[in-house]
Amino acid sequence: MNVMKRSLIGIWLLLLFSTSAFAQTMNVTEKMLSNGLKVLMKEDHRSPVVTFQVWYKVGSRNEKLGKTGMSHVLEHMMFKGTKKYGPKTFSQTVMRNGGNDNAFTGRDYTAYFENFAADRIDISLELESDRMHNLMLDQSAFQSERDVVKEERRMRTEDDPTSAMVEQMMATAFLAHPYQWPVIGWMADLGNLTLDDLSRHYRTYYAPNNATIVVVGDFDTKALLPKIENYFGSIPRGPAVPAVGAAEPEQQGERRVTVKRPAELPAVFTGYHAPDIKHGDTYALEVLQSILASGKSSRLYSSLVYDQQIAVYAGGDYDNITNDPNLFYLYAAAMPGRTAGELEKALYAEIDKLKAEPATDQELRKAKNQIESNFIMGQDSIFYQAMLLGQFETVADWKLLEKYVDNIRTVTKEDVMRVAKKYFSEDNRTVGVLVPVQDPRQAAQKPGTAH
Amino acid sequence: MKYLKFIVINLLILALLPAAAFSAAPLGKRIVLQNGMILLLAERHDIPMVTVNMAIKAGSTAAPHDKPGLAEITASLLTQGTTRRTAQQISSEIDFIGGSISTSGGSDFASASLRVLKKDIRSGLDLLSDVLLHPVFDQKEIDRKVKAMLAEIQRQKEEPGTVASEAFEKAVYGNHPYGWTNDEIAGYLQKITRQEVVDFYGSRYRPNDTIISVVGDVTEKEIVALLGRYFKEWQRKELPPPAVAPVPEVGRITVKKIDRNITQANINLGNIGIRRENPDYYAVLIMNYILGGGGFSSRLMDNIRDNKGLAYDAHSSFAANKETGIFEIGIQTKNESANEVIAESLKEMKRMQDEFVSEKELADAKAYLTGSFPLRMDTSAKIASMLTSIEIYNLGLDYPRKYPALINSITREDIQRVARKYLHPDSAVIVVVADQEKAKLKY
Repeated sequence: MNVMKRSLIGIWLLLLFSTSAFAQTMNVTEKMLSNGLKVLMKEDHRSPVVTFQVWYKVGSRNEKLGKTGMSHVLEHMMFKGTKKYGPKTFSQTVMRNGGNDNAFTGRDYTAYFENFAADRIDISLELESDRMHNLMLDQSAFQSERDVVKEERRMRTEDDPTSAMVEQMMATAFLAHPYQWPVIGWMADLGNLTLDDLSRHYRTYYAPNNATIVVVGDFDTKALLPKIENYFGSIPRGPAVPAVGAAEPEQQGERRVTVKRPAELPAVFTGYHAPDIKHGDTYALEVLQSILASGKSSRLYSSLVYDQQIAVYAGGDYDNITNDPNLFYLYAAAMPGRTAGELEKALYAEIDKLKAEPATDQELRKAKNQIESNFIMGQDSIFYQAMLLGQFETVADWKLLEKYVDNIRTVTKEDVMRVAKKYFSEDNRTVGVLVPVQDPRQAAQKPGTAH
Repeated sequence: MKYLKFIVINLLILALLPAAAFSAAPLGKRIVLQNGMILLLAERHDIPMVTVNMAIKAGSTAAPHDKPGLAEITASLLTQGTTRRTAQQISSEIDFIGGSISTSGGSDFASASLRVLKKDIRSGLDLLSDVLLHPVFDQKEIDRKVKAMLAEIQRQKEEPGTVASEAFEKAVYGNHPYGWTNDEIAGYLQKITRQEVVDFYGSRYRPNDTIISVVGDVTEKEIVALLGRYFKEWQRKELPPPAVAPVPEVGRITVKKIDRNITQANINLGNIGIRRENPDYYAVLIMNYILGGGGFSSRLMDNIRDNKGLAYDAHSSFAANKETGIFEIGIQTKNESANEVIAESLKEMKRMQDEFVSEKELADAKAYLTGSFPLRMDTSAKIASMLTSIEIYNLGLDYPRKYPALINSITREDIQRVARKYLHPDSAVIVVVADQEKAKLKY
């Protein structure tokens, strides 16, 4: 069961970060309520289920140093009750109705969802409209929940050597932009947060004019829309949301960060500043990502993992569904006896090849087939469809999805070479290296001798 | 990828065992093919794709008991070269059509899965049958895979959660294959021979020990014809079933402490549990939901996370397989809180035995388990895995219709009875991977 939970989260991250699934005819109904709340509805009647999601345009990007992690702590507090529905009722109510609920915070958004049998959607309308403006923030619940988040940080970052290294790589790649700090916040900042901070954050960002509702599943749009208007339409519009304004200056030389700590194998994460989905180069970069890292026949896997056998894993991800330009990463972990230096050299050799000679016709065709097929297969999950709509609408415009596959189809080999040269330069990269040191306790205690 | 931490997932996703209950219609159709392979088919024609899951009785429990890891490496080598294709040709072909194919080991079953667009179903089944029927087990590929598995085993030593669950399973299962550790697997892999792989494949991969679940845009006529064509030469073989090792009884209280330079104590606590086919399964399912399987509706989450702020994740589970599975509470808490968390966990186990659960707890658990059924089959992959489970555990294709009655028949007395029978707070296995100096365990 433990394993199942982990793999579920793994799948989620894949879905969230695979930008490879896109739509052409989305059949989405879009409606803007008079208070500024955007509603996106897509009927899908294959199974008698529905996903209801509320996406707020707030994440760690809207925070300040000294108070990082606030959006995520507030996300936790959103389950702590309102005047109408007191503590410990939100998830219990959803579950009593056979639903699953959850939430997640990113750099650019905080999103909440319930998945239900189709006839239970009113529960979402009632509970989500209530906590959009009636959240009760209680001091003792806050203190306890902050401890929970500290435990979460210990689990995800402090005790995970690679995560700890990636966190520092991000902090090095961005000098002037809030993408530099982790979504979960720095440990000391979590201790600095106050209930007043959270209350201000809630009042500033949790308002209909800063949110999008996404519903996908087995419902009738004509019947549901008036209900949504009924529940959410009377929530007053909030004040204009303050602009972030930060912009990362051009990088003018390689940056490098080393993390030394007990670990088994060296690992490297190299981040290159790259544009987001609003930029025309995004499609060529998607194709490049696929050529480099999609499937076992991709260049990084077949070179580093299969042929040379110097890496336990190797890949590349392009994080482009973001408000502001983020990173395109290459990463690998070393086989025993291999060094981070060897991994770096091998990663850069693949980049150099992309710059020096065009991809083959076969590779280009394969990349496009993979992207298109992922799009079609992505429609199998109503949750995934809603995720994509929510993400795109929050950072840009969901309509970008409608043209995505067509735009991918127009990418040429020359485009791929051009973006390889433009973005994958030594001066534009930040290299994070995990250097394992021995934990003397672990060395002293051989497996099997534990007692 | 696991390292992209830009999303921090807050609440627990429930990992419940496959169950069912919303439609009177059977979930799919069961057809025994000529060579003995069992086909389970659910047609879904709205999206032009096909998902295939195969389960072959060639998991760890079918392997010789002195060869930990043999079943796993054999399964993972299937895609690494056949008489017709090299490993690279296999990956190039499946990637080119934007599909996926994979094979892996498991405790009772090896599995193979395929996902392709409808238009590529022939290419997909050609590949799938090729890897199952014609693997060559080239020595170079064996060496490569051994090296990769040993490296992955080493890498996992830096995951305290994995170290804890491994030690826990070992302590509960002893030498039973369910308890094989990474170190035991590594020890065997270093001396594995090609002949052992070939022999295991030859003796355990056969159509009359194979379930194939197909979900998607394909008709019965089409798929029966296609499977007939691509799996024709795979012939039925009669073999004695493998000798299954007995699962150990509940023992005495056992505490294992593993020392690491980390900030949290990773605690695994529990004992031997039940088989999936145990008639008490449904009572246990509800009991565990109330104890620690039901996310924020469970007592462990309420007590340890919501009330005390001691952990992000506090859960319990019964892993019910073909053989007797494990009951386990899993919690991570800062080193200094380890004693308190263990004490609270044992207390919640005892409370489940000493007192009736409340009427409300029971009603809520039943409402969730029956009401959430549609969510357990809202994608092709979920339907395929449910079909496979239905066949493995003889649940019947009308399981969806029967499920609510199975759940709703359980009483508070049943819950208490199974808590007394299957929870063993006084003789639990407790594993703690932590900075032991800070954890100062009293156990």
